[in-house]
Amino acid sequence: MAAQSYESIQQNPKYRELVRQRSILGWTLAAITLIIYFGFILLIAYAPKFLGQPIGSGVMTIGIPIGVAVIVSAFILVGIYVLRANATYDSLTREIVEESH
Amino acid sequence: MRRLATLLASVLLAALPALAHAAEAIQGGTQQPTNWHAIAMFVLFVFLTLGITYWAAKRTKSAAQFYSAGGGITGFQNGIAIAGDYMSAASFLGISGLVYASGFDGLIYSVGFLVGWPIVTFLIAEPLRNLGKYTFADVASFRLGQTPIRILAACGALVTVAFYLIAQMVGAGKLIQVLFGLDYWIAVVIVGVLMITYVTFGGMLATTWVQIIKAVLLLSGATFMALAVLWKFGFSPEALFAKAVEVHPKHLAIMAPGALVSNPISAISLGLALIFGTAGLPHILMRFFTVPNARAARSSVFFATGFIGYFYILTFIIGFGAICLVSTNPEFLDAAVAAIKGPILGIKGGSNNMAAIYLADAVGGDLFLGFISAVAFATILAVVSGLALAGASAISHDLYANVFRRGQVNELEEMRVSKIATVCLGVLAIVLGIIFEKQNVAFMVGLAFCIAASCNFPVLLLSIYWRGLTTRGAFIGGFLGLISAVVMVVLSPAVWEVTMGHPKGSAPFPYENPALFSMAIAFFGIWLFSVTDRSRRGAEDRAGFDAQYVRCQTGIGAAKASAH
Repeated sequence: MAAQSYESIQQNPKYRELVRQRSILGWTLAAITLIIYFGFILLIAYAPKFLGQPIGSGVMTIGIPIGVAVIVSAFILVGIYVLRANATYDSLTREIVEESH
Repeated sequence: MRRLATLLASVLLAALPALAHAAEAIQGGTQQPTNWHAIAMFVLFVFLTLGITYWAAKRTKSAAQFYSAGGGITGFQNGIAIAGDYMSAASFLGISGLVYASGFDGLIYSVGFLVGWPIVTFLIAEPLRNLGKYTFADVASFRLGQTPIRILAACGALVTVAFYLIAQMVGAGKLIQVLFGLDYWIAVVIVGVLMITYVTFGGMLATTWVQIIKAVLLLSGATFMALAVLWKFGFSPEALFAKAVEVHPKHLAIMAPGALVSNPISAISLGLALIFGTAGLPHILMRFFTVPNARAARSSVFFATGFIGYFYILTFIIGFGAICLVSTNPEFLDAAVAAIKGPILGIKGGSNNMAAIYLADAVGGDLFLGFISAVAFATILAVVSGLALAGASAISHDLYANVFRRGQVNELEEMRVSKIATVCLGVLAIVLGIIFEKQNVAFMVGLAFCIAASCNFPVLLLSIYWRGLTTRGAFIGGFLGLISAVVMVVLSPAVWEVTMGHPKGSAPFPYENPALFSMAIAFFGIWLFSVTDRSRRGAEDRAGFDAQYVRCQTGIGAAKASAH
């Protein structure tokens, strides 16, 4: 890539918008993932009794739906990112690339 | 093509006496029922995959096709292949075995293994595709000094691959010994030879399709097992858990976190290794170069996360199913051991890893047992092929082409070197697999994740996102992470006490997993040696950030998919 072309892209407000949006979404979702996961780990380390509480009268404990929910949340968070990225970032990127020619 | 045919013939010739031997061992054996189904289905899998390799070999003429299947794999296909790379026999048999032995604790591992994927999606997948060509070292060395960073990345990749590969080879030998009645060394040789065949002739295209086929087989088999278990309990998880609590010697304790994670430091350290290790495994990172663009890279992780998460939920059901249906069935127990140690530890062969295999017999009979055994073998084959390809490209693309020849090398020569490297790695894997037969290698997968999290991941992440990173910082900090991870694992109880035989409690490093410390050392080292770097090279490294970041965000100038 020629030196002036990347500099001109950097000046493009659409590029700034793309970087801003993607950084906010990516790092926010990464932080949420880590909070959920380490929250789960800290519960296991410090409050195993809480996770071992039975739900209702059966043997099912709170820990099992919580564990499954952590797995499902990972999939949902990835889904949110992919939906947002497919809807916005690709078209924004295409416009930036076209304007740079 | 003639060479391929010769090799095919020699593989089959090598396999024939082995199979005959297996038949003898099975007929004369006391433990396993005749496993002809398994052998027939495995031979079918081998023929199918060798056919694919033949097809792929005709299309693999350039370096781009060899390393990255020409970028022509779709996001969905790559998603299944990634899931396949990740659903190793260790995670299928290991995690269901862990659930079988201790219930809830198995879920902790599943969750940890899965949570790395969102991080890969949000921070790594798209930049990787936009900046790299064949290996993650392409990305790490994008604006930094080629020689030192390629050496560092290749070391990180090769050490990770080596430990992962040894663990897989030893696991393969032991598993096949039990499942097929083959001698340990014959099993290891068959795995090694098939792996070399897939990779040298078919490159990434064959490796990807072997992985896809195996992932589909494994997911179907696991789905059938989980459904069969649930069906036996009227599709009521509560009924399944109630029965498990009733028959398991630990009773209600299997429904809550147990002894596996007791120390918070160990728990956090393990969590870090699992999450960030995933984002630093070379054979996984390499998969992002097989798709045409960043959009496909992103969607491939979406599919992979879905399949892997689904698979881990299945292993949880399978583990509980095994508690109910395997530990209560004398056919699967060693009566003498079970009388003393209880039904869980009394499982035939003495390894929890067999729980899922016996469950297959319990729910689907001989034919399904054969299917699952063949799938377990296929799984190991597919995973070691991916590892071998990642290791070979670190040698040929990073060390040979870019360090030794300074980039002045033609494609065909680079490809030839990577094929030679694959053969050498395969032979080495066979030899190491045989040497480590009697060793406890359980720590090796953990070590591989730990090194990936402490060396590959920090260098990759900071090279993408931190302007201040310099060649000196990445080189010194990366090696500090690599060395500290290896040293701390050697000094930890798993190696110091279990493998090296020192007395219990004497390990100098008290925690099972050092990732918390070795990652901190790596990040601090990289930061310190970057900010204090006043060299001209350091100034160039920082100045190159803007151009790299534009390409990282927009993909302008990124490697294009080549025509097939």
